[in-house]
Amino acid sequence: MDMRYAQARWDEPPIIDLSATGKIGFNQVLSEETASNIGSVPHNLRRSSPPRLPEVSEIEVVRHYTRLSQENFGVDLGIYPLGSCTMKYNPKVCDVIAASHKIRELHPYQDIRTAQGILQVLYEASEFLANIVGMNKVTLQPSAGAHGEYTGVLLMRAYHRDKDDRKRREIIIPDSAHGTNPASAAMAGYEVVEIPSNSDGCVDKDALKSVAGPQTAGFMITNPNTLGIFEHDILEIAGIVHDAGGLLYYDGANLNAILGKAKPGDMGFDVVHINLHKTFGTPHGGGGPGAGPVGVTRQLADFLPVPTVEFDGTKYYLDYEKPKSIGKVRAFHGSAAIVLRAYAYILLHGREDLKTVSETAVLNANYMAKKLQVIKGFSLPFGEGLPRKHEFVLSASSLAKETGVTALQVGKRLLDFGVHPPTVYFPQIVEEAMMTEPTETVSREELDRLIEAFRSISEEAYTDSEQIKTSPHSTSVTKIDEVKASRPRTLQLTWRLKEPRSK
Amino acid sequence: MLTDIGVGSIDDLFSDIPLSIQAKAHLSIPERLSEMEVKKRVESLLSKNRSTSDMLSFLGAGVWPHFVPSAIDAVVGRGEFLTSYTPYQPEISQGMLQTLFEYQSMICELTAMDYANSSLYDWSTALGEAARMATRTTGRNEFLVPHYVHPERLKTLETFSEPAGIEIIEVAQDVHTGAIDLSDLKKKLSPRTSGVYFEYPSFLGFVEEAGEEIAGLAHNAGALLVVGCEPISLGLLKPPGEFGADVVVGEGQPLGNYMNYGGPLLGLFACKGETILRQMPGRIIGRTTTQDGTQDAYCMALQTREQHIRREKATSNICTNEALLALAASMYLSLLGPKGIAELCSVILDRTRYAIDRLRSLPGIVAPGFDAFHFMEFTVNFDKSRKKVSTINDELLSNGVQGGLDISRYYPELGQSALYCVTEVHSHEAIDTLVDKLKGTLEA
Repeated sequence: MDMRYAQARWDEPPIIDLSATGKIGFNQVLSEETASNIGSVPHNLRRSSPPRLPEVSEIEVVRHYTRLSQENFGVDLGIYPLGSCTMKYNPKVCDVIAASHKIRELHPYQDIRTAQGILQVLYEASEFLANIVGMNKVTLQPSAGAHGEYTGVLLMRAYHRDKDDRKRREIIIPDSAHGTNPASAAMAGYEVVEIPSNSDGCVDKDALKSVAGPQTAGFMITNPNTLGIFEHDILEIAGIVHDAGGLLYYDGANLNAILGKAKPGDMGFDVVHINLHKTFGTPHGGGGPGAGPVGVTRQLADFLPVPTVEFDGTKYYLDYEKPKSIGKVRAFHGSAAIVLRAYAYILLHGREDLKTVSETAVLNANYMAKKLQVIKGFSLPFGEGLPRKHEFVLSASSLAKETGVTALQVGKRLLDFGVHPPTVYFPQIVEEAMMTEPTETVSREELDRLIEAFRSISEEAYTDSEQIKTSPHSTSVTKIDEVKASRPRTLQLTWRLKEPRSK
Repeated sequence: MLTDIGVGSIDDLFSDIPLSIQAKAHLSIPERLSEMEVKKRVESLLSKNRSTSDMLSFLGAGVWPHFVPSAIDAVVGRGEFLTSYTPYQPEISQGMLQTLFEYQSMICELTAMDYANSSLYDWSTALGEAARMATRTTGRNEFLVPHYVHPERLKTLETFSEPAGIEIIEVAQDVHTGAIDLSDLKKKLSPRTSGVYFEYPSFLGFVEEAGEEIAGLAHNAGALLVVGCEPISLGLLKPPGEFGADVVVGEGQPLGNYMNYGGPLLGLFACKGETILRQMPGRIIGRTTTQDGTQDAYCMALQTREQHIRREKATSNICTNEALLALAASMYLSLLGPKGIAELCSVILDRTRYAIDRLRSLPGIVAPGFDAFHFMEFTVNFDKSRKKVSTINDELLSNGVQGGLDISRYYPELGQSALYCVTEVHSHEAIDTLVDKLKGTLEA
């Protein structure tokens, strides 16, 4: 294993500390006289003092943020198997296309006759996505997965209300679900009913039956689930929910596993959200932007947020005339620049390669799962003998018991190998969980290197665990005191509050 | 690899998917294209669009045309930032974490608030979150909103409020000055009021001058003051934190981000006071040190408010946010600094005044429709010309100009009015062109 990874260490101060009075990094307009306009602001509306922003030159700004970029790890630097986040390679051509002024400098309110190109992209993208997930109609508006969930739950609510059914106050969610599921359901005013998983890590059907009833608005799950296991009884599950009068919600976080292999619509789902920044290769941007389009069956299509993008045979247009719509979930028409990238991604892959995406992602995950579970200290709990899909959850619980090295510490040690660790401590039903999603864009050689890193960490743990417990050593900072960051006495959330407060 | 796994074929790995489902999984989308073909095809579609580089446009209304300094494009496109995700592993993600800490700091400086989160989706969803936060903080459920707020923000606010049992109550504004009707505000404030909201500058470009009085009235009633901002204006305008705002929301797109047909955008969110900080939605980055105390470091703070820890008890469901746009905003505010942003405001004031002066010289036009101080945007009323805004905009477009937003559909009492926006990208010459074309249209 090549361990020569070393992240840059710049010890870069906050940019305000680089400030020197009078410096400026960008001049607005030099050719016209403008200095005298400040006087036109009424006295009572003027700032008492200028904002304390940095006074730095252009090169200082560029250096500062370029140095910071070097202290940041992305897919472009190495393997990033963060489970449920689908950190795959983002094709550069999509970014090049999205850098055109023909998208960047479009205003959402400009006459649609001058926006036919982007409207066609949005329309076709929603058609492609609807087909991929087997839904009748897709809204492109939600800005992220969680935003899509909130939209989707509101659509289910509107459906029940339209039938004058107001008794349905509960949404059922498995204990292995992403935290956004219960949070979104609660935001939409629902009581969350959590059900346990069975020994396969799948939905416990008896538990589901016992809570599903006339009070059930819907059931939110992801398939494959967060353990990477396909809910093989999904049709039966859908039957239980539908028989109770509820709707089935598909959390699309794990869609990368089933492109061209299974459509949520054929599994009985009524509402689906799709994370374009996961499955459709748009860059994650350090936390965002993403996009979370939502697809629905015909019976829910009338409730979609406005506007939808439509085509009347000659022109593309925005349709606001939807009397049953849940309204607006954000301003304007969604994140067009993200949808554009996903559209290009879909064209680049086409129907055959999208299927290959999922096949390769699943192949890689199973290969890795097979190799990792035999390394001393690790195991693959739940669903014995079942294939995984695009991800799997490794447990480091034996390692923790036998050596005191936890999943968290394994993760920190992986950083020294230039590897971003898997998602740790999720799902909560697995002890010392390491949720691992290699994606289709890693090579076999890379997978082997990653497996080797796990093996060498295991060896270290059983022989001399000191290096692990003090890791990471190769990152721009060593292990961080995260507790201190949230403790009231040391809380520091801006550069203004530099000193610890007395109270 | 299949041998290592112990299966005969890839299909074996999908054998747990019922065959009846697999049988229908065929995708009806086009066959794949090469990179060159994709680029050609998408660029050919996009060429049907007319951007603000192709034509003069006077649209603002929540997304505004500004010049983006080239240094921003150069850094924002770096793969280290672009292809990273939420900094769950802080030791290897210091770059984005420090950037977001700086972003939070600069938003606080600009708004004169204590705390800012590291972004929400856009102004409208930030407003929705603010209303919910006001209810969590006060235990009350009436949120007061003036008449002239952005209609799409109002719609989004309703979508976020109604499921939480929050009622939106309208407060009147003077139809001549746009000022909030303080006597109507007093009438509507009650022990049920969770918060009072206004936009600053307003959706229609006039600037509310009674911020302090509104704050006083809200606070006396035990309610929070929520102020919505266009951030560049705060280079000169008194920041909401100086007149008593408890929460500030706004749109960060003008800070170095492109319009992109309306998205992605950057939701600003800041608050004052430690009590309500615990109710703030979204990710917050804090400064700390390494465990050995030798290095400054950054990581996510106060995570017990968030969905991945607190699940249904979280302050919000937000996970993915707009971090990359926050990076652009940090760079923008650093490049301009206090002097640059004041200069930019000054240029915009010059354009605003020039455009108003030129437009009002045309017969048949009243501009602005409100007697107040305006920044960047203002209404233009065409009633005296006896022409509809839609007709005028059609004629302008055929002359290569995108006119202001037709607001007659939102506010019938304002007659045939449009909302015009001018920024540093509109030279006097560009405004002269608009005036010429309008003149031709009105005389026709």
